[in-house]
Amino acid sequence: MLFGLNKKDTRFLIIVVLLTLFTPFLMQPFAETSPLAQFNGGYPDLMAKVAIFGIFAIGFNILFGLTGYLSFGHAAFLGVGSYAAVWMFKLLTLNVFPAVILAVIMSGLLALVIGWISLRRSGIYFSILTLAMAEMAYRLAYSVLTPITNGETGLQLRPHDPRVLDGPGAPQYPNLFGLELNDSYFLRLGDHVFTFNVGYYFCAAFAILAFYVSLRIFRSPFGLMLRAVKANQQRMNYTGLSPRPYTLAAFVISGMYAGLAGGLMAAMDPLAGAERMQWTVGGEVVIMTILGGAGTLMGPVLGAGTIKYLENIFSKINENVLHQWFAFLPDGLENMVVWLIAHFTGEGWALTLGLMFMLVVFFMPGGLVEGGRRIARLWRKRRHGGDGGADGDELHRPARSPHVAE
Amino acid sequence: MSRSRFTRRGVLKSGAVAGAGVALPTIFTAGSASAFTNEPTGATVTFGFNVPQSGPYADEGMDELRAQQLAVEHINGEGDGGMLNTFKSALDGSGVLGKKVVYVTGDTQTKSDAARASAKSMIEKDGAIMINGGSSSGVAVAVQSLCQEAGIIFMAGLTHSNDTTGKDRKANGFRHFFNAYMSGAALAPVLAKAYGTDRRAYHLTADYNWGWTQEESIRAATEALGWETVETVRTPLSTTDFSSYIAPVLNSGADVLILNHYGGNMVNSINQAVQFGLRDKVVNGKNFEIVVPLYSELMAEGAGEAIKGVYGSMNWNWQLDNPGTKAFVKSFGEKYGRPPSNSAHTCYVQTLLYADAVARAGSFNPCAVVEALEDFEFDGMGNGPTLYRGADHQCFKDVLVMKGNENPTNQFDILEIVELTPRAQVEYAPDHPMFAGGDLGKCNSGA
Amino acid sequence: MDDIILQFINGLDKGSAYALIALGLTLIFGTLGVVNFAHGMLFMLGAFCAVVMQRILNISAVTIDETQKDFLGRPLEVKTPYAELWFGPEIGQVIVNWSVPLSLLLAVPFMALVGWVMERGIIKHFYKRPHADQILATFGLAIVIQEIMKEIFGANPIPVPAPQSFAGSLDFGVLLGFDPNVIVYPYWRLIYFLFSSVILLAVFAFLRYTTFGMVVRAGMADRETVGLLGINIDRRFTIMFAIAAIVAGVAGAMYAPINSPNYHMGMDFLVLSFVVVVVGGMGSLAGAVLAGYLLGVLESFASMNTVKDALPGIDQVIIYLTAIVVLLVRPRGLLGRRGVMED
Repeated sequence: MLFGLNKKDTRFLIIVVLLTLFTPFLMQPFAETSPLAQFNGGYPDLMAKVAIFGIFAIGFNILFGLTGYLSFGHAAFLGVGSYAAVWMFKLLTLNVFPAVILAVIMSGLLALVIGWISLRRSGIYFSILTLAMAEMAYRLAYSVLTPITNGETGLQLRPHDPRVLDGPGAPQYPNLFGLELNDSYFLRLGDHVFTFNVGYYFCAAFAILAFYVSLRIFRSPFGLMLRAVKANQQRMNYTGLSPRPYTLAAFVISGMYAGLAGGLMAAMDPLAGAERMQWTVGGEVVIMTILGGAGTLMGPVLGAGTIKYLENIFSKINENVLHQWFAFLPDGLENMVVWLIAHFTGEGWALTLGLMFMLVVFFMPGGLVEGGRRIARLWRKRRHGGDGGADGDELHRPARSPHVAE
Repeated sequence: MSRSRFTRRGVLKSGAVAGAGVALPTIFTAGSASAFTNEPTGATVTFGFNVPQSGPYADEGMDELRAQQLAVEHINGEGDGGMLNTFKSALDGSGVLGKKVVYVTGDTQTKSDAARASAKSMIEKDGAIMINGGSSSGVAVAVQSLCQEAGIIFMAGLTHSNDTTGKDRKANGFRHFFNAYMSGAALAPVLAKAYGTDRRAYHLTADYNWGWTQEESIRAATEALGWETVETVRTPLSTTDFSSYIAPVLNSGADVLILNHYGGNMVNSINQAVQFGLRDKVVNGKNFEIVVPLYSELMAEGAGEAIKGVYGSMNWNWQLDNPGTKAFVKSFGEKYGRPPSNSAHTCYVQTLLYADAVARAGSFNPCAVVEALEDFEFDGMGNGPTLYRGADHQCFKDVLVMKGNENPTNQFDILEIVELTPRAQVEYAPDHPMFAGGDLGKCNSGA
Repeated sequence: MDDIILQFINGLDKGSAYALIALGLTLIFGTLGVVNFAHGMLFMLGAFCAVVMQRILNISAVTIDETQKDFLGRPLEVKTPYAELWFGPEIGQVIVNWSVPLSLLLAVPFMALVGWVMERGIIKHFYKRPHADQILATFGLAIVIQEIMKEIFGANPIPVPAPQSFAGSLDFGVLLGFDPNVIVYPYWRLIYFLFSSVILLAVFAFLRYTTFGMVVRAGMADRETVGLLGINIDRRFTIMFAIAAIVAGVAGAMYAPINSPNYHMGMDFLVLSFVVVVVGGMGSLAGAVLAGYLLGVLESFASMNTVKDALPGIDQVIIYLTAIVVLLVRPRGLLGRRGVMED
């Protein structure tokens, strides 16, 4: 019973912590000299992006996974978090803590306003309300709010920013009490090189915290209330409970998660662009959550990792790289194979993404987590060979609600 | 244990070959072995080509990428050598400083965030020594500041906003492309000659930084020649139907419509303006005219018939009559079956200029490269004698005034060159009000 | 006063496009209960029908002209469309010139096929799945269609001009007694307005006065009961989906001269069409049309300089602002029924 969690959850949390700590190894499986090194993702920016979008998706899942309210406007909170953080860097100090704290506060406030308005409606009407507000934020930030947001170019640091708390010798890059976030240490094991980046571990620490908080929420009476909203709002009304305060709280919490993600993005890379607020970014987090498995704890993180990995790694596999890989084939065949694969990599990376969405939703209803669970079950069944009786019996019982940790 | 700012995977890659078989784990930093970010120590050096491959400018990005690949071929001594035959360079066709050039590519998606993520992966993962390319000013400024922080060189692609070498200029960033001010300075006299000095202009402007700087530049240049600006209207970037902005133009008393639009905005706004019949009208006793200050071949192609007779400006065009242009058009055309666009030209030239600067400096160190590029005078790159000004890292060269061809003979000569505005006419002081507020800062080598 | 009349006409015209785009979406919403994120792609595919028709009509015989040179100094290949060779240059040019209206001949069967394949192949499996799954599947499909179009046609917009006969504009102002050139409007846009009115009326009449329409309307209200009556509602839903695809497709084809077709235009219109449908009220055809016109007119007014001076940036957000206000004041949209798509 560590951290107020039961044994199973504690084990789960420990696994997550270990996975996070060892990400620099896990995402870097291939030797530098191997032709597959192209698939290595263990560089600081991608690792941090996975952690950050993981936080974003975990937060989104608290709203969508538990209450069923589908917001298309969470990009606004991500953007506001980033802007708040960069302004903090410009005005106060390049230390990241004040920036991240302000990012969370500002996005929380915005979420309170938007949530208070949007939660008057439900279903698709709620989705459109949130979408409309985020899109308004994006368009204004890109144009008339340029004095605050620096518009198209994005808000960035300048040498002459006031930074009232920083002394003359202070670091010139976002830092953790002097330790700059883009510092890296390297570990070489034979041909493998692993990168340990300060910024990644900073984001990872928040990701673990975010995950822990979300785990506690899932297990709490508050979480139960939220599930009740999803299951049957009317029945909840009849018992004399108003769902509004609960859903609003969930909305604000998920908005603060998005703001945290935005603040961390700015800390890792001190530039806040208006595109962060576009509905496509809000749509991306929706897709991440659904792809991984809405309502599960690990799903959103998995979805975030998959999409970011595809976007960053697949888009860089150009024809030149493909020709190197398939150089062993006879010329004609090589060209044909390269021609075929080139449609799915490099500039065709989006096609792979789209196909993956369709395949997942067709063959793994419930997302990647559910798919993994099915495969595990299939495997178990095969191992116990002929133990069909129990499984057959299971069909006649109501489906067990799976442990969220799975 | 020591540390470094950005990874030097390029070093590690080559270092790993030498150190293969070392079983003991070692914690290290490349900083101890190298003097600057991604110092190449192996037999190759990696360039990063960051261009839009998805989104509205994907075709332009593809054209840039082709040109960059061609440049790498020429630097490595493959193909026919292109502009290396006309540009007096320190390159000898054996790569750069004895290292073969290899490249990685990435997708900017024409979004600052995606462009920076892509550039970061090139720097952190692939060990790129420079980044080249791009198709919008927002992306150029964002990637330029990233390269400044990382300590590598950024050679901008298509970016036309004054800010790139104005208030957002950076020591590690260089722009070969021209800018909005130059467009205005080149275009205004031609417009005055063609349409007279007594004209009333109505501006439709894309509502973001680039649009504003272009509107400001064109307005200043035309007003200096006696034109009057009747109205300037900002249009949202996401607009596809401009009818509600175009409809009031005729009744405003204006006799010229200036479209400060680019890409899809420009294609739709000019087509719709022509559909409104604006160009068939007579206002104030003069024929109504339309002007598109910034042209590109691909966008002109997209606009189709609507651009016939419409004036605009360009950085370069394949129809220019000089040896550099001819050499480049020949090698590009033979390889890809179409003449290069002006953004392809800029990316090609930028890649060669970078490689040449490294060769002249004798080092890949960004600070040495900056020194070699600053105030560098060159010729044979298709634009005539050109200066890379040290004060703001902006190239100065002749600017082309173009007109939509009334009788194109094939799909590629839809624009014709009207005038080659001499460089002297488009020059300005580094602290000109439209470019003020910037600070190059010091070059950063990442050490 | 003249500005206001001008922007009002302009708004109605804009609105006719919005209404037409939203109509198909609301049909699918209302009848099938599916959140179709690929709807914008149907509009885009329609626009590309115009491109394809233009290319078909422009299939050319190639002759080599030694006197002219191409950009590399080689002899120029001169292309003459077969249409001009067969029917003589004058009639041939007119045929090529009319590619947009002619493309409707292509768009109708092609979009019907697309709709049928989409419904039978994909959408059918998602009727009973949560909206989230529908979104993921149709969004994935949208990306796939978009990327395929990019692969075939490139990313650049493709010019598809309207027929020469409709070039120029009509001087409305003179008809209303104003000075010339005060209120002018292009002929092609007027054609589009009429075209959309015809399509809208046709769809309404179809649903109102045919047995098929009656059954579909009944299915919209209570699908299970209709099924229990022994009516094959599934087949009718397939047809309904095909009709929605046709409506979106012809809307796109006729819109091609106004908005040059490009592979990402589907995404541009996706959000807009959703907003129009929701403002109009889910499952209400009349609502979608009304909302289309309303948003068109408001957007036109918001783009006037006097309005923009008073409220900077209003034209950027007017559509969304209207959506928010309408949804807060009238929870189910302008003409929506209670309980549709609220879970």
